[in-house]
Amino acid sequence: MEPVRQVEGRAYPWGAKNIDTDIIIPAHWLKTTTREGLGRGAFETVRAQPGNVFDDPRYAGAPVLVAGDNFGCGSSREHAAWALADLGIKAVIAPSFSDIFSGNAFKNGIVPVVLPQDAVDRLVEVAKTDPITVDLETMTVTTPYQDRFTFTLDPFRRQCLLEGLDEIGLTLAQDTAISKYESGVAQARPWTSVGAGDEGVVVEGTGRT
Amino acid sequence: MSNAPRTLYEKIWANHVVERRDYGTCLIYIDRHLVHEVTSPQAFSGLRAAGRRLRRPDLTLAVPDHNLPTTARVDASGQPLPISDPASAGQLSALRANVAEFDVPYIDALDARQGIVHVVGPEQGFTLPGTTLVCGDSHTSAHGALGALAFGIGTSEVEHVMATQTLLLAQSKTMEVRVDGTLGFGVSPKDVVLAIIGKIGAAGGTGYVIEFTGEVIRSMSLEGRLTVSNMSIEGGARSGLIAPDDTTFAYLKGRPMAPKGAAWDKALAYWRSLPSDPGARYDATVQLQASDIAPSLTWGTSPEDVVPITGAVPDPESFADPSKRVAAQKSLDYMGLTPGMRMQDVGIEHVFIGSCTNSRIEDLRAAAAVVKGHHVADRIRQALIVPGSGLVKRQAEAEGLDRIFTEAGFEWREPGCSMCLAMNPDKVPAGERCASTSNRNFVGRQGPGARTHLVSPAMAAAAAVTGRLTDVRDLMAADA
Ligand code: SF4
Repeated sequence: MEPVRQVEGRAYPWGAKNIDTDIIIPAHWLKTTTREGLGRGAFETVRAQPGNVFDDPRYAGAPVLVAGDNFGCGSSREHAAWALADLGIKAVIAPSFSDIFSGNAFKNGIVPVVLPQDAVDRLVEVAKTDPITVDLETMTVTTPYQDRFTFTLDPFRRQCLLEGLDEIGLTLAQDTAISKYESGVAQARPWTSVGAGDEGVVVEGTGRT
Repeated sequence: MSNAPRTLYEKIWANHVVERRDYGTCLIYIDRHLVHEVTSPQAFSGLRAAGRRLRRPDLTLAVPDHNLPTTARVDASGQPLPISDPASAGQLSALRANVAEFDVPYIDALDARQGIVHVVGPEQGFTLPGTTLVCGDSHTSAHGALGALAFGIGTSEVEHVMATQTLLLAQSKTMEVRVDGTLGFGVSPKDVVLAIIGKIGAAGGTGYVIEFTGEVIRSMSLEGRLTVSNMSIEGGARSGLIAPDDTTFAYLKGRPMAPKGAAWDKALAYWRSLPSDPGARYDATVQLQASDIAPSLTWGTSPEDVVPITGAVPDPESFADPSKRVAAQKSLDYMGLTPGMRMQDVGIEHVFIGSCTNSRIEDLRAAAAVVKGHHVADRIRQALIVPGSGLVKRQAEAEGLDRIFTEAGFEWREPGCSMCLAMNPDKVPAGERCASTSNRNFVGRQGPGARTHLVSPAMAAAAAVTGRLTDVRDLMAADA
């Protein structure tokens, strides 16, 4: 993953609440087996409406999205984060995010910035005319008008973003700890292995009625 | 270690910490991983690209569900029928190839045990109390009904679990949702969870793990508990736990993947130690009274838009929060409803009984009990019954439920997600209205422009019979 230190540029001044993952990327786009190209399906139903922010030339290619409460609620589909990344979005600012979406965002180099509603309202106004800066070193969102809002991120996630770390690689480095845990469980809770006490799991076709 | 009373969640969490990191993030061991065709292909490709293997294929189980058509899968001579949508077919064959390459236990589309991941897991005894269970699907919360810490994950996390059998997580806050009293006539677990979401809101549980407690939950069957935990995510909570008890143990005993013999006894002793200790503290508590819960349904496009069936479409002006007012107006425009309209006067064209929320045998029995002796109303264009798994289907057929449904004019289908998310050919056409036992009424969820009312299986059956949203209690009383 590319390190992310700062995201600066125009922002979609959207502010809409409860944007679920079906709105971010409708289910019929989920039949893909790759991560690429989902930007074409991003916000499809919103973009079907005339005058929507995503087709407004002023915001074309904006790296920031300002949204409302509970952004990314609904399904766990990481396709939502892939679609945003494919659109070029690198930070989303909202009063709150669904837990699953914000995890997915981090893993794709998108910063989910939580700010209070009044700050978000102000940013929606500013974004209509001016760029916004999200800075991970100083943990601030600033505008050309002296606005300065501070936010917090899980420190581990912040470090991963700043350094562009691969979480799987990091975890695999802890292999000994994982193996030690596994042998402990084999002693203490042996039934946790599937089909304990059974001759094993037989998984094959037995015919459909 | 102190002996402070702990919640069920805290106990499971503590038993799964592999390592504590700085800042409170923990490496958590994952005991069970369910895989389906939609959220796994990119994870398998990630492993392949990095030259990694699955750490514990034995703790993994794959089954296709989202994309599969629910029409017949084999022809008269037993030959598999092709899937007409090439993208769906591609995803399904990718899963088949991936499980073969990575040695993952797999239930094929043609296996009688195939079904929706969240129906299959408990049914096979793959889901166990006190385990951590994940799946690339948000309704993984369902498995919390057996006292498993179960939650949905994204595809990068799917890959992380495949490679390491762990996840990096921060501990959640806890919320107790207690439902006291006894449910009234005709009130089902679906109505309970709709009432809960109506109360806490679609984001009310964000950042929390819910534990459902109280007399109503205790006296609920395991199937009913699965319905409740399943929809935790619609209230914003990634997981919704229910303490394991004799109901849980009786359900699990003898399931194919559940422990047997001495392993069972040992497991049982451990499971009995899991329920929250008396005096354990939750970060938040919400209480509901069973007597306040009526057969319920949604009127809008968020699962928090809940009213009792005896109620009316709300006036957007009645909401105090200005943004909720705007959202409500948009919902009503989409849903084609006007404020003040009685819910029972709303006509429907489609009925869907299925999904991981309500497709188990008990759900089908409840629907069949209402349908028996009636016929689907003339104005209904399509009424689908989609069992949650091949085993549920077989059981229902053994009980003759399929005949009740087909004689009444329902279609009896093969298991899968179906009209819950409209990824396969089962869709509600734009502008048409569906009484659905699924869990999401989002804009376009059941097809572009489709209008969804979330209801219980009995309420869906009642709506099918009358052709409009209906108080199932009236039908039940008339039949009695
Ligand atoms: S039935 Fe619906 S909610 Fe359940 S797993 Fe399938 S698509 Fe998801």
